[in-house]
This record gives sequence, structure tokens and C-alpha cells, in this order.
Amino acid sequence: MAGKKKAKRAAMDHDKIDQIIVKYQGDPNSLIQILLEIQREKHWLSKEALETVSKRLQVPLSRIQHIVTFYKAFSLVPKGRHEIHICMGTACHVRGAPRVLDTVQDLIGIEPGETDMDLKFSLETVNCLGCCALGPVMEVDGKHHGKVAPAEIEGVLKKYD
Amino acid sequence: MMPRINSPDELERVRQEILSQRDLNKPCISVCAGTGCLASGASEVIAAFEAEIEKQGLKTDVTTKGTGCPGFCERGPVVVIYPEEICYLQVKPEDIPEIVSHTIRQKKVMDRLLYVDPTTGEMATHESDIPFYRNQVRNIIGNNIKIDPKSIDDYLALGGYSALAKVLSRMTSEQVLEEVKKSNLRGRGGGGFPTGRKWEQSRNAPNEIKYVIVNADEGDPGAFMDRAILEGNPHSILEGLIIGGYAIGSHEGFIYVRQEYPLAVENVIIAIKQAEAYGFLGKNILGSGFDFTVKVHRGAGAFVSGESSALMTALEGRVGEPRPKYIHTAVKGVWDRPSVLNNVETWANVPLIINKGADWFAQFGTKGSKGTKIFSLVGKINNTGLVEVPMGITLRDIIYKVGGGIPRGKRFKAVQTGGPSGGCIPEERLDMKVDFDELTKAGSMMGSGGMIVMDEDTCMVDVARYFLDFLSDESCGKCVPCREGIRQMFKILSNIGKGKGREGDIELLEELSETAREASLCALGKSAPNPVLSTIQYFRNEYEAHIREKRCPAYSCKEMISYYIDPQKCQACMICLRKCPAEAIGGGKDHIHIIDQEKCTKCGTCFEVCPPRFGAVKRISGEPVPPPIPEEKRIIVRESKKDEGNPFTD
Repeated sequence: MAGKKKAKRAAMDHDKIDQIIVKYQGDPNSLIQILLEIQREKHWLSKEALETVSKRLQVPLSRIQHIVTFYKAFSLVPKGRHEIHICMGTACHVRGAPRVLDTVQDLIGIEPGETDMDLKFSLETVNCLGCCALGPVMEVDGKHHGKVAPAEIEGVLKKYD
Repeated sequence: MMPRINSPDELERVRQEILSQRDLNKPCISVCAGTGCLASGASEVIAAFEAEIEKQGLKTDVTTKGTGCPGFCERGPVVVIYPEEICYLQVKPEDIPEIVSHTIRQKKVMDRLLYVDPTTGEMATHESDIPFYRNQVRNIIGNNIKIDPKSIDDYLALGGYSALAKVLSRMTSEQVLEEVKKSNLRGRGGGGFPTGRKWEQSRNAPNEIKYVIVNADEGDPGAFMDRAILEGNPHSILEGLIIGGYAIGSHEGFIYVRQEYPLAVENVIIAIKQAEAYGFLGKNILGSGFDFTVKVHRGAGAFVSGESSALMTALEGRVGEPRPKYIHTAVKGVWDRPSVLNNVETWANVPLIINKGADWFAQFGTKGSKGTKIFSLVGKINNTGLVEVPMGITLRDIIYKVGGGIPRGKRFKAVQTGGPSGGCIPEERLDMKVDFDELTKAGSMMGSGGMIVMDEDTCMVDVARYFLDFLSDESCGKCVPCREGIRQMFKILSNIGKGKGREGDIELLEELSETAREASLCALGKSAPNPVLSTIQYFRNEYEAHIREKRCPAYSCKEMISYYIDPQKCQACMICLRKCPAEAIGGGKDHIHIIDQEKCTKCGTCFEVCPPRFGAVKRISGEPVPPPIPEEKRIIVRESKKDEGNPFTD
């Protein structure tokens, strides 16, 4: 059963990736745009996905590997259900972002770039979300929490399961 | 669906038609829908307005729209009500019924939502009465609040695309180039290279195929002016880009925008589709015979890809690393063809220069830097937001007149300009005029326009360390002096911050800086030492305090500070004890609190929550923490309770 399910999911992934490649007319110059769309759809890039892209666009896997490890937007491991972004932009930094990050790390027990064991939270730092007036900013699943004080973070994170 | 517009005359007819359908006396509620205000709840406010207007049966009488960012993010969500131009700040969904019944129906101003000047106590009804706005010159960003960025008609109603019509019908490409050259417009992205000269190089390059590109890979942390224009007024950038294409003989443009700005990507794509439908993009634009198309390329998150040659490599679908520029990208850029790359704000200036003339543009600014510049004024400042000011204004005017000074009566320490490649400017240089050349002379740079204000609580060693941490992460690794030099400088600065600084560290930092500056390929490495060198230049005493006395004068470097509760002042109020996330504070009701130094994570919560009238929590740096007071002295016996508890004392 499990194998069948997995195969079905792989086939679905395949279709989706095909659609994205067709949207960009299979143009190798659009490689980064295609990878970005797959990342947005799946929240990560599996080895199979990269191989499919490589085959379809006739681009060597090594070049794709170079790109996906160079840019921050790509992840080569699965992400948690909830993505926490802590803004480390300069404005947030001078308003106490490092303390926010420390507190979140203490609470969920992972470092930036990691995902916890039960795939609940992924933690990332970002260099500026551009809402500097609200700093320090913590973003959870796209929702901004502005002017966060370390003492209130536990309450915010409790709402997610 | 609007039919294609085929000539400048037709464009004017369409514009008149749009204007004739608009009743200027009809109430219009504009709510800022930029990222900053959205984060403060603007979409709930817009939804509440729409629901309330429907409820009160005003749907045909009132227009509601989400607009671009007017810049006053600190007081968002910002609402402006036309035709009276009443400006309400920090509006919440629960205020909406009252606004609709009072201001819209009865034309009464609601004082409690107006801006109140903190010094004079005066209320400001209109945007232009607020000091934050009054001291700006808002040539570019001023239109944001009047435009729904998803509506090309809003842009046309304000005279949009008239510069394009003028260029295509009445100017040769040489004349366009000459006008831009005459205006002395310089690149707003950081370098300050004269835009006209760049255009000319590309124009004169022999290749048949040329490109024009918008650099919207705004990577500087703490800077978001380009995002505000992209999100708020995307057509102004498109119009500038098409004009640039015409001037240099290019028929294809790119907008390289970072994917961290999803709303900007969305609005730009909508704008391109609309411009195509109206015939401002595509074949035979406005019947002139000129063809032009634009593609959007999303950046995947790499600071260095904002560098011109790196950005162009990324456009080709490869890793965005810089390359040597013995030949300018204006001559050999994307696919080795001449490519003009300008920043968002630069492009947005072009339609203004064409419409109003180079002389109009050059009346603003200083000898070497013309026009206005948008800065993102952030950090320890009262009025956080985007400010557009003429070049040549002093830093003091920006920080105190526009920015409203430093919050909570703290002392100003420095302002950091130019992003990670810039430097910190201290108080004694505040009367400096802000333009490309003066900032460079002060050891900083204009950069894209980030301005981060720092107060007495900001440690300058930590600021330098912060930027080098950022840069070591973002260095592409191609050049050894940048890759290894930044890493070593970061290590030295981290050690200084941890109290492990050694004599000679400052000199070593200066030496490494010199090498990185001389021997790196691109601007990232060349300018990486700026944050270090400028802080050493102006704040050497802070470095020395860290190294020699193991003391952080700003009480910021965690490893060098301790928190301590003054037993003389502690009133055992339990506030810090309850709030401490590390449960490091001992004590109880009427039992003086003590911080367990072993458990303390130095998060500073106790320091912030201790009521100012007690002021019992102290920060200590460079000296040992006093030993805790003995147990028997920790009981507080309160005067009132003393009487109650012992009725027989009299």
C-alpha cells in the first residue's frame, strides 16, 4: 500500500513539474524561475525533482546543484508544517532581533536552517522583510508579528500545531 | 476590456474619458496596502470599510481602494479620505463604523485618529500638515497614496504615460538621451554612476540587440524604498524603462525582482499585462513603429546577485556571481550584448525628467547630486518610514525634522547609511549635507538609501560584527580576500564582543580591510571593510573599552554584561519575576528579587519590564556583580502593613 501511495505521489509530482516546465516553454534560460516555482509548490526540492528538471531542460545536474545550493530560496530537505522567519535586518537587529532569535531557538530547540523532528516548525533567518517600522519582526507562515518581545513569543508559537 | 491605444491623441482622449467619469467630489477612502501597513492589519481595515459602506447603503457614493505606500509605516495602517484629504493614522477595524458615519456622512473630522505633534500637541488634519511629510519633497513617492497599483486607469488619471507619448511622437532618441544627460541623474542603486553616460555607452555599442533592465533586487537589510515604488506605482517604472529602451535602441527589457517581495512581483506582473493590453508595450507602441517587451525575472535570494554583472548572469539562468568588468556591462552585459541596468528609483525619475524637463529636475539637490532621494529611515527613530528629500539636506534635518528624533529620550549615537557596504556617521557630523560625494568623503556611501539610526544602546563593535556576519554569508566566495578576509574580520570582531579581544586586533582589522578593498573583484568585497573602518574611525574608544576593560559601553554585548537587581530599589512587585523567560529570578511577594546569574540568559526582559519609577534592574559591564544580599534582609515590611499588622504599637 505504502509503496503504491508513494508511487502515486511521485507521479503527481512529475505532472506538476511538467506543467511548470511547459509554462516556461522548456527554456533553459528560465531554469531559476522553474526551480522557484517547484520550490513554492512543494516547499522543497527532492532529488527526483531536480533530475526531472535536468532531463527536461537538458541542463547538467551539476549546474542545477550549483544553483540550488547558491540561492537561499531553495531547500534540499523537507520543511516543517509551519515556517518561522526571524528578520535579522539591520533595523530589527538594533531593536533586539538577536534576543528574539535566541528565545525562539530555546523554545523549539532548533537552529536556523533546521526543521524539528516531528516536522512541526522550520526556523530560518531572513535579512530583511522590509517592515522595518515593526521591528523586531517574526513571521510565521507569512503572518507578520511586529514589535515582538521575547516574553510573548511562547504564546504566539503555542497557537500552531 | 480597453481597446489598444494607437496614438498619443487617442491616449489623451482615453485620459479625458477616465477623468470625466471621475467625480472629484465623490468621497474616496484610500488605505495604504503596502507590505508595512498590511503587516499592521490594513487588509482587515479595507474589508471593514467595504462591509460598513455596504451596510450603510453608501456603495455607489463612496469608493474604497488599497493604494501604494505613502511612507509613514510607523503609524500604519494609514487612511486618507478624499476630497478633504483627511489623514487618519493607526486605524483599526473597530474604528470603521464611526469613520463612515462621522467623516463620510457628516463630514466631521475624528480628532482621536489624527496625528498629534508630540512636542507642540497640535493636531494635523491633512497629510501635508504632518511634520514628517511637510519637510519632504515627494516627487516620486507622493503619488503612491493616490494610486491603486493594480489600476492602470489611476496612473493614467494622474498623467501617466504622457512622457512616453511625448518621447515617441515629438523627440528623437538622441534628444531623450541628451535630456537625461543634462539632468545629471545619477544611479540610485548605490554607485551613483551618471545614468545618461551609461545609456550613451550602450547606445553607441555596435551590437544590434540591446537590453534595458530594472534592478529591483533590493538586498540591503533595512532598505525598502524600491519595494514601495514597485508595489505602489509599478507603471512609473515601466514607463521609465520603455523610454530608456527607446533612447538606447533596445526592444527588450527585464525586471529583476527578488522573490522575497511577493506583492511587488504580483503588482509588476499585473502592470505589464495592463500596459500590453493598452498598447504601451508590444508592437508599434502608440503608432510610433517602436516595439518593446518586458519580462519579469524573480531573484532567488542572493545579495551578491544585485551587483550588475552578477544580476546579468542570473538573468541568463545561471548562478549569479560577479565577473570582471574590464568591459562595462553597458557594452557587454546579458548574453554579451549591451545592457543598461538601472535601479528602480532611477527609472522612476525618467518620466518626470521627460515631462518636466532636465532644468526642473536639476533645481533640486547639490552641484554633483541632482534631484531627490528616497531614504528608508529606520532603527531607533520616532517616525520610521520612507522619506523623500532633496539631495543636500543635512542628516540632522532628516533625523530630527522628518524623523522626529530618537524615541524614549535616548541619546543619538550614529546613523548607518549605505547598507552593508556603508559606514556609520557620528553625532559630530550630523550637519553634513547628504549627497553622493559628501557621504563617500565621510567614509560611508549613499548606497541604495538605507538609513539606520542608532542610539546609546547600540554597540558599534556589534554593528560592525553584524554587517560582516551578513557579508561573509553573502560573499560568493570567488575572491580569496573577500571570502577569507571577511571571515577573519568577523571572527576578530566576534571575539572582541565576547571579551576575548587582544591588543593589536584593531590594527589587524585595518590590515585585512586594506587587502579586501584592494584585491576583490566586485563592490561587495571592495566595500566590505567600510562598516569596520568607519566604526574604528569614529568610535575607537568603544573598541578599546571592549578590548582593554572587557566592557561594553552600550550594554549590548551579552558576554560582557550582567543584569542585577538593586536591593535598595526593588519593591518586590513580582513583574520581572513573572516575565523572566528563563525563570532565573528568585523571590516572592514582599521578598526582594534576586537574579540567579547562572540561569540568566541575558535577554533583558527584566530590565525592560521593571517599572521606571522603581528602576531597580541595573546593567553591569566591566565590573563584577555584587554578591546577593543575605536572606534575612530580603523581607520588605511595608509601612501600611506595619500599622495594620501591629495595632498595639501606639
